Amino acid sequence: MKAVLGCVALLAMGIAPALAAQSSTTDEIAKYRAALQDGNPAELWEARGEGIWKAPRGPKRASLERCDLGLGPGVVKGAYARLPRYFADADRVQDLESRLVWCMTTLQGLTAAEALKNRFGNGSGARSDLEALAAYVSSESQGAKMDVPLAHPKEIEAYRIGEKLFYYRGGTHDFACATCHGEEGKRIRLQDLPDLTTPEGARAAYTTWPAYRVSQGEVRTFEWRLYDCFRQQRFPELVFGSDAAIALTVFLARNANGAPFAAPAIKR
Amino acid sequence: MGDPMKIRAALMGDETEVKVLMSHEMETGQRKDGKGQLIPAWFIQNVTVTWKDKTVLAAQWGTAVSKNPFLSFRFKGGAKGDKVTVTWVDNRGDRRTDEATIA
Amino acid sequence: MNRRTFPANAAAAILVAALVPGCATTPGDDELAARTTRVLHDSFEAAGEAGLERLDQDETQRSCSAAAGKPLPRDAAAKIEAANLATVRYPADGKLVGDWKNGEKIAQEGRGRQFSDEPGGPVGGNCYACHQVSKSELAYGTIGPSLYRYLERRGNTVEAQRYTYAKIYNSEAFAACSNMPRFGYKGILSEQQIRDVTALLLDPASPVNQ
Repeated sequence: MKAVLGCVALLAMGIAPALAAQSSTTDEIAKYRAALQDGNPAELWEARGEGIWKAPRGPKRASLERCDLGLGPGVVKGAYARLPRYFADADRVQDLESRLVWCMTTLQGLTAAEALKNRFGNGSGARSDLEALAAYVSSESQGAKMDVPLAHPKEIEAYRIGEKLFYYRGGTHDFACATCHGEEGKRIRLQDLPDLTTPEGARAAYTTWPAYRVSQGEVRTFEWRLYDCFRQQRFPELVFGSDAAIALTVFLARNANGAPFAAPAIKR
Repeated sequence: MGDPMKIRAALMGDETEVKVLMSHEMETGQRKDGKGQLIPAWFIQNVTVTWKDKTVLAAQWGTAVSKNPFLSFRFKGGAKGDKVTVTWVDNRGDRRTDEATIA
Repeated sequence: MNRRTFPANAAAAILVAALVPGCATTPGDDELAARTTRVLHDSFEAAGEAGLERLDQDETQRSCSAAAGKPLPRDAAAKIEAANLATVRYPADGKLVGDWKNGEKIAQEGRGRQFSDEPGGPVGGNCYACHQVSKSELAYGTIGPSLYRYLERRGNTVEAQRYTYAKIYNSEAFAACSNMPRFGYKGILSEQQIRDVTALLLDPASPVNQ
């Protein structure tokens, strides 16, 4: 008999057993989260991202409208639900952000440093083009079924390495992803944790990134999520668009296959 | 002038429901930056919504309203195709006006 | 409940790879582990106090990673517990119980040892992240068992003090592959801090035991 966690895409809820005071706390938080769903500021990022996608930029004065996200040059609709994937021109498995950086450097002539500038907005003014683009591109996959490929040898290798990394205990605190995300019905403080070792958990979690994080005042992406997890795991700093970041993304995105994509979402 | 607002207006019976998402930092003036310095207050002070030259909502906001405010309200009246105009003014004197058509 | 990680997916993928001509045969486990280590070292940068040496695993971490979420066989678990028990260092003066008021601060403090933390800044145990501790703090996690009323369960004995101190010092001395950090052995908490958390749990006056 499977325990149904009931992780509806935008509402991560787990009613804690035991103390009545405890369940009313989580109930109230669930109500707060439900109230947040209306008026997602991510829409502001989507609008800005669409503008950046279409604007001619860089020494080549080109827009990103010829960027191939996997479904052909310029095809944005449905592309995010099929990432990460292998790209022959880069000879590499790429997630959305590394693909965007690829297009910014090859199509627009920006340097990698320019493309990666302010990759994470700082919550008060320094904005991230990549986060805005991620909001826009992912919004064009809303409702599409997750359909991450696993055919090319590099995709398969990325999946297997991602799985190994998921269980990799390291750092001062011996934390792996699995430490927090390997069991059903757990939470850190009052934040429910998806069990990423089950299809249900992976689907509920992966389909709600990118998301507007209220506490950050920014739209955050899956690259950011991995970066921030490793920071809290007391690891050194995860390199943006690195093989480890992409391997873990392949592992989790592929495990989410079949679920309707729900992002950009809004989270606390 | 700040970033564009996202406004949706829809007729619901004899009322119009207006939802506005504003882009604004809404600094309270109480936060400190990395160096321990207070970040100056910067927030929307007034919001006005008009329909057919009538003010249907006038709001005075303070620092309790959070970043990227979302405002949702209803007013009696409105018809499909009418324009609804939203203006905000902040404590620096910056302002932004956007409009939407009632669907 | 089936918690296996997608063997069907991976197996199908391996089959596909084997059938496609010209593709390398899939690597054995050793080679995959080696590749994973290389990927790790290429994918992280030293930052703050967190150098790349943090990616190196000791035997405990290696064994527990290889278990991939499944419990270890009893004999392997016993070896890990024995090895970790051998690392436990009690205070030289034999005083194991400190100040529960400091203990509560340490339990609430979530900072420490991250690359983003201020050098010389506070280092806590972050106990509330995973455990219920005192009754009044409602914002607690559930990765670990509740510690509320700890004294009642463990008793006010020297043995209980020694167990509690050691458990905080090195959790895997008693539970191989425990999710709980090895606070003393890995130098996260100081001797005094561990005494204070021991007091938080065992002092009759502590809020944990009210």
